[in-house]
Amino acid sequence: MKRVPPVMRLLAVAGAASLVLTACGGSDDKDGGSPSGGELKLAFIGAQTGPNAQLGINISNGVELAIAQYNATNPAKKVTLAKYDTKGDPAAAPAQADTLIEAEPIGIIGPAFSGESKAVVPKFEEAKIPSISPSATSTKLAANGWKYWHRVITNDDSQGAEDAKAILTQLKAKSVFLVDDNEEYSIGLAGKFVEAIKAGGVTPGTDKIDPNANDYSSTINKIKAAKPDVVFFAGYYAAGGKLLKQMRDGGVTAKFFSDDGALDQGLIDAAGAKQAEGAIISCACQSVNPTADNPAVGKFITDYKAKFNADQGTYSAEGFDVANIYLEGIKAGNDTPEKLNEYLKTVNVKGISKPIKFTETGEIEDKSIFYFLVKSGKLEFVGAADKIAS
Amino acid sequence: MSARNALDGLRSTAAVPGQKLSSWWGGAPVYQRYAVYVLLFVGALLLPYSGLAPIMSPHAKWSSILFFPIGIYVLLAIGLNVVVGYAGMLDLGYVAFWAIGAYSMADLSVRYHWTFWEILPVGILMAAISGIILGAPTLRLRGDYLAIVTLGFGEIIRKVAENAEYLGETRGINNVPHPPDITGVNIGGVDIFDYGIRDARPYYYLLVVVITLVIIMVKRMEHSRIGRSWAAIREDEDAAELMGVPTFKFKLLSFAIGAAVGGAAGVVWAAKVSFVAPAAFPFILSATILAAVVLGGSGNLPGVVLGAFMVAWLPERFRGAQEYRELIFGAVLVAMMIWRPEGLIPSRQRKAELAEGGGGSGHLGAEVAEVSK
Amino acid sequence: MFDDFTSSFWANTIDGMTVGSIYALVALGYTMVYGVLRLINFAHSEIFMIGTFGALATMQITGINGPFTGFALVAVLLLCLAGSMLASGGAAVALERIAYRPLRKRGASRLAALISAIGASLFLQELFATVIIPKWFAHGRGRDTLGLAQAGGEPRRLMDKEVLFSIGSGDVRNDKVLIIVAALAMMIILQLFVTRSKLGRGIRATAQDPETAVLLGVNIDRIVVVTFLIGGLMAGAAAFFFLLFYEVTSYFIGFILGIKAFTAAVLGGIGNLKGALVGGFTLGLVENYGASIFGSEWKDVIAFTILVIVLMFRPTGILGESLQRARA
Repeated sequence: MKRVPPVMRLLAVAGAASLVLTACGGSDDKDGGSPSGGELKLAFIGAQTGPNAQLGINISNGVELAIAQYNATNPAKKVTLAKYDTKGDPAAAPAQADTLIEAEPIGIIGPAFSGESKAVVPKFEEAKIPSISPSATSTKLAANGWKYWHRVITNDDSQGAEDAKAILTQLKAKSVFLVDDNEEYSIGLAGKFVEAIKAGGVTPGTDKIDPNANDYSSTINKIKAAKPDVVFFAGYYAAGGKLLKQMRDGGVTAKFFSDDGALDQGLIDAAGAKQAEGAIISCACQSVNPTADNPAVGKFITDYKAKFNADQGTYSAEGFDVANIYLEGIKAGNDTPEKLNEYLKTVNVKGISKPIKFTETGEIEDKSIFYFLVKSGKLEFVGAADKIAS
Repeated sequence: MSARNALDGLRSTAAVPGQKLSSWWGGAPVYQRYAVYVLLFVGALLLPYSGLAPIMSPHAKWSSILFFPIGIYVLLAIGLNVVVGYAGMLDLGYVAFWAIGAYSMADLSVRYHWTFWEILPVGILMAAISGIILGAPTLRLRGDYLAIVTLGFGEIIRKVAENAEYLGETRGINNVPHPPDITGVNIGGVDIFDYGIRDARPYYYLLVVVITLVIIMVKRMEHSRIGRSWAAIREDEDAAELMGVPTFKFKLLSFAIGAAVGGAAGVVWAAKVSFVAPAAFPFILSATILAAVVLGGSGNLPGVVLGAFMVAWLPERFRGAQEYRELIFGAVLVAMMIWRPEGLIPSRQRKAELAEGGGGSGHLGAEVAEVSK
Repeated sequence: MFDDFTSSFWANTIDGMTVGSIYALVALGYTMVYGVLRLINFAHSEIFMIGTFGALATMQITGINGPFTGFALVAVLLLCLAGSMLASGGAAVALERIAYRPLRKRGASRLAALISAIGASLFLQELFATVIIPKWFAHGRGRDTLGLAQAGGEPRRLMDKEVLFSIGSGDVRNDKVLIIVAALAMMIILQLFVTRSKLGRGIRATAQDPETAVLLGVNIDRIVVVTFLIGGLMAGAAAFFFLLFYEVTSYFIGFILGIKAFTAAVLGGIGNLKGALVGGFTLGLVENYGASIFGSEWKDVIAFTILVIVLMFRPTGILGESLQRARA
């Protein structure tokens, strides 16, 4: 009689066992669906690590603060937050999105950036979970016919046009140089900006930089040769800081003008306080204006500082607002994603960051742009466009 | 010194069951071998079983990571193994072929409305042709010169994708259609041909089939005249040339086949994620796939598959370690190379080659050095 | 298109040479290790990265804050240079001990050593990103890019950057001159060391034929350590010059620079000390000229295309290999 080798026996047993397992496994794939013990889940998806993580951390901190304050009021159903780190990388985002959907939250804060939004929002649409991005500005996002997607920030089209107008009318620039860092968000913004500034009679010089590179000397030399009045940078602060630094060291004195992606202390850290002095940054956010006519703003600033031992940053207030929108909805008894999404259509609140009301496509109605100046190494809120020339 | 001995002891005890297994395998009759093959195939199909998820992947959706990174890494590692493991050439830009496959899928489907099944062969062909275009002028370079040129090629492909308006620049190509559905084929609660957005399992099954076909093809080549020629080139290219092996032709062939497999992986991947952007193809991914090949046992298919599985799975499994997981992964790579430089499951032939290599003297000895002499 | 090239030709020449000399110093580390061990030391980019933090640490610990001039400037620069070279040199020796020597003793394949190098590279990057930078350098800013201006949580400066004179469109700035001259000086010293000293002879002998070198009484272990040490010291010097010039660093700062420096080494002829210099300058210049013609986004594509073209016509680089035996 032939002995069956031990390996074969093992394999046979394993094979049989796994067959049995699947037989009973097919149906229970969806179990554990109902949320446990009177708790409701919210989810944040966006960068927590990676080169532009600070923007994502600002948002999630704002969200955490709002939820902590809500839970402290001992509501009937407490709310928990799960964070899904995409590193800001569209390639890493889908797996995180799948995990998020598996956890069955009733509302999503994020995705933070435009690139990852394209990659994962279709999944949330199919899962029928409402999402509100505090920060993804790419214009095209709203054109997808998404029904569960929203954002509390105006898109690049209006911002690029506003920036061009400010540069032409307030700064009275005769020549402009445009640099972008070749990111999803930056290209969209740069495109709109070029269109608007050409319409105003100025044809900008252009160049692109690699956000991961260190040496921008060829770009600096192009700028020097073009002798512009204003350098407009479309991109995130990581690359913006390095560019600004090398520009000033290279003797370029043109005004530096940038956008919300660069609105972070990181810009000044990398560039140096002296080099960054006088840089103008626009944002569809107020990044919390302490002088705003709203007492909740001051409370938010102090609460944030107390909880995280750091100043609130770009999009912290948006994150806080978004979380509060969900929390109000939950308080009103909307405890499923579907109900919550219906509730979002009715929202009309005066948030910390701006008035919030959504349009049909999920865009925000309010389109105001605000400006910031770098003064002695800090970002300072200056308000509307007419304040930047001084 | 004592730690060293302990390590050696550990190694030799670990080797005993392995040796038994491989000697049994060597003498096993055909039907037993086929039974094992079939069981492995069925086992692979059963892997997404949700009961395994809490053990295998507590932090990310199991069936999702089975497709990517695990399945895709396995396929890429099998393809790279043809170049590195069989023909002994060092390729540091392998991810470029994956990118070419993915962009073929994205471009042809979005712009020309081809379906997945039409694009699959075209994507594979495109990748293979790029392999030949890269290989033809550069394959006369030896060893590390080839390595840096392939590295450069990988970066060029990524940068071109980043800057070419046609390919959507860094924004990439969006809304890549999924493969056409065949609804109603429901086995064990899964619509196995229903290629939707959320359920990764149908894509995983598709990938398992592709991997199986590629393994069969590669395995047949390994034991044919082609495989023997590759081995000869790997051992000593000059001698092979003198013995009448058309080395250039066979090197080019291995490059093209490796590229084609990468292209296949790209097409399947793009059809699932439906969003292709240059950020998905960094150099570190080429390095990771190479690490998978070497870690598992360069030149030995079961080893390579195991290596790719480990490299893809471990960082996902230990997502709980949060930000430290990449740190741990790096340390594990170094430790593994010190512990088993020949890989987890080295091929017996390669082991013999290593044994007669340079030994403990100054140079690190062995394969690529052999090629580059 | 060509307007930019002609109008900023001199500016690009000067900047290309500055970047090129940093490439060249880092390339030396690749070339030396490759010459002796035939190993692509992928973790060398991290050795460079550690050097920038060595200099930063020196500034934080001593509390140096300028701007300095004259003799004080020289002293401060030398001190920071020592800090970065010490950090990089130490890290390179430790790397050899931990990640490569055990492999060498076991006669492992060079492929295995390459993977070990990639692992070590990943480990060091993440070690800085997750532990060292947040603890000692970031001052609450996470793993963001750090500006020299923020080192120690307060603005720090070493020297004022002044334009000495101009050649056409090119401003000759004091820090650029310093970097180019210092880099050249270090390479001359290294060349003398390798050709004249006893250890240098040992290095060349090992590169040529390790077995024979052993028979002739060369202590291979020592030679390998010295090789790594020299490579590390040069990377450390490059790191300090980098910090002086760009005034930023981060945990992934070495990655692109490392790939470029390795490209420079191969371009010039790997294993060849002069080749590193020629390759570094060639790459720095070609990149900047190319960027001014095609746009900066094509910089890397231009660099690698040049590499492929050069290797097609000269398979062992511009100057060929010399530290080791010539290969077919």
